[in-house]
Amino acid sequence: MSLRTAVKAYPQLLRTGFAGAVAYRAEFLIWMFSTNMPLVMLALWAAVARGGPVGAYTQKGFAAYYLATLLVRLLTGSWVVWEMTMEIRQGTLALRLLRPIHPLVAYSAENLAAVPLRSVIALPVVAILLWNARAQLGGDPVLWLMLLPAMLGAWLLTFLVMSLIGTLALWFESATSLFEAWLGISAVLSGYLIPLDLFPEAVRRVAVVLPFRFLLSFPVELVLGRPSRLDALSLLAAQWGYVALALLATRALWRAGLRRYAAYGG
Amino acid sequence: MKRALAVIRAQLRASLALAVQYRLDFVVEGLLALLWMGVTLVPVLVVFHARPQVAGWTFPEMLLVLGWFVALKGFLEGAISPSLINVIEHVRKGTLDFVLLKPVDAQLLVSLAKIEPWRSIDLLGAAAIFAYAFHQLGRWPSAPQAWLAAAMLAGALLILYSIAIIVVSIAFFAVRVDNLLYLFQSIFDVARWPVSIFRGTLAIIFTYVLPLALMTTYPALALLGKLSLATAASALIGTVVFAGVARAIWRASIARYTSASS
Repeated sequence: MSLRTAVKAYPQLLRTGFAGAVAYRAEFLIWMFSTNMPLVMLALWAAVARGGPVGAYTQKGFAAYYLATLLVRLLTGSWVVWEMTMEIRQGTLALRLLRPIHPLVAYSAENLAAVPLRSVIALPVVAILLWNARAQLGGDPVLWLMLLPAMLGAWLLTFLVMSLIGTLALWFESATSLFEAWLGISAVLSGYLIPLDLFPEAVRRVAVVLPFRFLLSFPVELVLGRPSRLDALSLLAAQWGYVALALLATRALWRAGLRRYAAYGG
Repeated sequence: MKRALAVIRAQLRASLALAVQYRLDFVVEGLLALLWMGVTLVPVLVVFHARPQVAGWTFPEMLLVLGWFVALKGFLEGAISPSLINVIEHVRKGTLDFVLLKPVDAQLLVSLAKIEPWRSIDLLGAAAIFAYAFHQLGRWPSAPQAWLAAAMLAGALLILYSIAIIVVSIAFFAVRVDNLLYLFQSIFDVARWPVSIFRGTLAIIFTYVLPLALMTTYPALALLGKLSLATAASALIGTVVFAGVARAIWRASIARYTSASS
């Protein structure tokens, strides 16, 4: 498959994916609503901050942080790892392999096509964020401009890590367990549960260079206007570096895995 | 009654036999349960690094709430949800007919169809958290306090199960909502904090409407000897009423069930 066919087919793949997301809108909604961890954490920190600010965070500051977290999580989410592992186990991956388009490209279109619907659900979160904690948001338009590539990078990194671990299902049956472990570690180190700057110095220093930060915390930091322009730029470069790395790894692993793939039940 | 017990025993044996076929899962899932327990603890560690007390709870007291949360979550995801997710599958495929045909109460039959015994590691983890918390407190609960906590725990389990049954009953009316149970599982995360964390409307919701916070707060208060008998008694009465309502909803749903075929 050449790059050109992929580019030509992509818009149609997106349209199909969007139709799929709309068709299962009730399920879709429920999955979205089950992303409520940031709000649970906000409840705790709001109670803590009643007695005065913690670090750089007042009660409003926490509200802004966790709403931004929720927003980034809603918009950058994917589910490809569950779909891949299921299709590999059930053998239906064979159907995808028959099509003249790389399965990973098709997966990416399906997952990306859900973003408009996700945005609709994320709108109220944006509204509350803007209304309730607008004073906490960053004021530098350059950082806001950088948010776009940062969100795209976060989405890509999430998707690629999922694909990478999903590809491992070609070797092991328990790839989903591996992904669960990744989720657990990432919940802590990506800033999903706790703002990274509230960790003890030693933990924080490790967390800021690991890839987890770029899945979530980095776009949130941009929304809150935390980094300087120069820092933001180097962070963006680091994020896309991780994206490139994940892309290469996924491609290599996919090729190697496919060679030993024999569809079940055929 | 005797027959019901025999059925329960047989069901438990069957689902255990099914689960132990997957031995590797024990190791993998056990390790994962430990990891998630750690993830649950991290925020509390960070918070109490910044503050000696949160909403009137000290660190060891908060650990007691978390201990109950870990135990209840293990029970919810290891014993309640797997079976009830099966029910939704049955409704969708129409195979619930086979369950209904059996001369045993259907609710009893579906509720124990599948368990994940490796989640018992959550119970061990909860025990470790309790041991550490009481070591920090420097005292252990008296026998009456432990009994009261056990009673509150039984109540919490019953509420948890009843909510799950109600959620599943919804599947009879709206078949496409098979992930409603996952939604409930994620909402249950609220129960990791004591109810006094919440203010205003949320406090009312999590106390009276969806009594999640009480499930972990009351047993913890009982262990600390801070729960009055009157509160405990009214909570238990409320629990029994709630379970009765859930049972009624289940029966009404079963009565409306028309099978997926024909």
